[in-house]
Amino acid sequence: MARMTMIKAINSALDNLMERDETVCSFGEDAGYFGGVFGCTEGLQEKHGLNRVFDAPINEAAIIAMAIGMASNGLRPVAEIQFSDYIFPGFDQIVSELSRIRYRTAGSFTTPVTIRTPCGGGIYGGQTHSMSPEAFFTHIPGIRVVMPSNPYDAKGMLIASVECDDPVIFFEPKRLYNGPFDGDPHKPALAWSSHEKGEVPTDHYTVSIDKAQIVRAGSELTILAYGTMVHVAQESVRVAGVDAEVIDLRTLVPYDMETIAKSVNKTGRCVVLHEAPRTSGFGAELIAQIQEDCFYALEAPVARVTGWDIPYPHAHEWAYFPGQERVIRAIKQVLEG
Amino acid sequence: MKPNKNSNKQGFFVPEPAARPGEKPDFSRIDISSPDAVPMPKVDCAANETHKFASGLIRVLGLDGVAGGQWNPKLDAGELLEMLRLISLTRTYDERMFKLQRQGKMSFYMKSLGEEAVAVAAAKALDDEDMVFPSYRQQGILFSRGRDMVDMMCHCISNSRDNLKGRQLPVHYTWAEGNFFSISGNLCTQFPQAVGWAMASAAKGQTAIAASWIGDGTTAEGDFHAALTLASVYRAPVILNVVNNQWAISTYAGIAGGDQASFASRGIGYGLPTLRVDGNDALAVYAATKWAAKRARSGHGATLIETVTYRGESHSTSDDPGKYRPKDEWKSWPLGDPLERLKDHLYGLDAWDEQRHEKMLSEQAEFVRLAYKEAESFGTLREGPLSPTASIFDDVYVEQPWHIRRQRQDLGV
Repeated sequence: MARMTMIKAINSALDNLMERDETVCSFGEDAGYFGGVFGCTEGLQEKHGLNRVFDAPINEAAIIAMAIGMASNGLRPVAEIQFSDYIFPGFDQIVSELSRIRYRTAGSFTTPVTIRTPCGGGIYGGQTHSMSPEAFFTHIPGIRVVMPSNPYDAKGMLIASVECDDPVIFFEPKRLYNGPFDGDPHKPALAWSSHEKGEVPTDHYTVSIDKAQIVRAGSELTILAYGTMVHVAQESVRVAGVDAEVIDLRTLVPYDMETIAKSVNKTGRCVVLHEAPRTSGFGAELIAQIQEDCFYALEAPVARVTGWDIPYPHAHEWAYFPGQERVIRAIKQVLEG
Repeated sequence: MKPNKNSNKQGFFVPEPAARPGEKPDFSRIDISSPDAVPMPKVDCAANETHKFASGLIRVLGLDGVAGGQWNPKLDAGELLEMLRLISLTRTYDERMFKLQRQGKMSFYMKSLGEEAVAVAAAKALDDEDMVFPSYRQQGILFSRGRDMVDMMCHCISNSRDNLKGRQLPVHYTWAEGNFFSISGNLCTQFPQAVGWAMASAAKGQTAIAASWIGDGTTAEGDFHAALTLASVYRAPVILNVVNNQWAISTYAGIAGGDQASFASRGIGYGLPTLRVDGNDALAVYAATKWAAKRARSGHGATLIETVTYRGESHSTSDDPGKYRPKDEWKSWPLGDPLERLKDHLYGLDAWDEQRHEKMLSEQAEFVRLAYKEAESFGTLREGPLSPTASIFDDVYVEQPWHIRRQRQDLGV
């Protein structure tokens, strides 16, 4: 075990993967020699060689297509898209190709590609470095979509993603790279070194990419969150002084409805959180499924707290970010409803 | 360039083809050099040594049917006859399938009339272990690699024996056993994928190379730029082919920028050596592909090849070319018909004659007829049997996740 940031945990996962499996390779913009703009691939080129860890041209379609071609020829590529805001030039390769190769070839070709990409705001990244575009990807049959919320899960889920034969979009909430974030920008930044999930095995292990995790057991209401919002949820619950069950979804496709339904059927109340905009966000899917599966257990309408339906603003970042105040308001509304 | 009714004084300009329906076909822009005109560069040459190959036209067969020049691959009569047989088989198959589509036997079809040599000759120049990432007019590769025609037909009529379980539109073949990658209808996506495949082959120390084909219109896609950039940067063992058949559905090659510079010449700017080839000359296509394959296999990287040809038929069964180009334009195409040219060459060598040719044609027609009869015995799209309905939920993921399982149950299968 070692104390790791999420960056170190991701780095360690890639290192373990490349040590164990010579077909694993990693590439992206600035992700070779320099080790990535966030340092996730630092030192890997030196250790594993230029042929396995290398810089890619600034062309996301090229990066993803290259990964597809390599995967169809027996490699297990991990492609880094520098910011998830930049992924859209490669969207066609994901929607029309990566997600469907197994299907359209009836299994005669497969493309086990993992695309790693930092997402989310809270770092003054402005509208081109803050997006949470996960909902677009949850609408594509054939790919898995995951988003860890801490270093331990990040490493275990990344290893599970790369070892999975399905293509995976692996979102990394960049506000969590160096420490947990409870949604209050005025507090001093927290570090993973003092968080239990910052304790990470240096060896290979996996965390399921099929299972949600109950990060706080409770009886009054259920809060569904993923990524950065898991930490905002926990702190909001503490501040509000309610006995909420907080579930870290971890995987959005296929999401763990069994765990969700069990909890909502128990509490009868639910708040769904995400940083992404509201309309057609992933919360809409969760709430639709909850009303299908848990309608008779519900004591109040399900609430959602999300980013606004606007581009992520720079100066007014915290007016956009669904922080504790908005979460606590929703908790109270659901408990009173 | 002739004055155009669509250009104004300020210079806004929309290019138009030389001839539209009712007008006389005009191919004066096609510059035809003699087989002796274009020499063969060294296989390890630099991109900027290929300017004359990007603007000229590599040819072996003169229009008189005589082979000559440095590019002559000097194939023996047996090899030439095999190519003739495959070009003819492709055409016979296409004609039959096109008619069957008209009779409602399948939802869609696309012929490769007039450009069969592009696929057949390239396939013969490649090794069978080389992975091909084709577009939708390279069915000749399948015949060249010996795919069972009944299987191809079963795919096209989407029956119970379709190896793609009815999931793909007809002619969007996949044949993993023959190293034939899945054809996508999203144009150009396969071009950079082929580069990735080739990079993996090189990374694993294998000798197999990759080859991909797109059309002239598709060069306008961003993925074209992606593919050429990757191929050049990583010196990938791949052959990138642009089949310039003059038409992208109803859009002439000028709308992809073909009037300003040859498609081949685009390669040089990326640092890729480039060859522009008479696509209706099977020997020239063969020789150029051999050259590029040798270059790739010996570690010198990728080549861009433009094959200049003409799409003799409609884009697909869904469009009427009489509405956007002169009806008889193909008859005026200055590079002729690849089948006739190779046949004339063989006649000239006394290796083939009209009697044997006619016999081959009737045998192939009968072979195709019988193959269809057999294919139909496994079902048709309209009459069934198809692949099991429940199978539409398979292969989306390795294992069926809960939500897809539920949806399958909703459908009641």
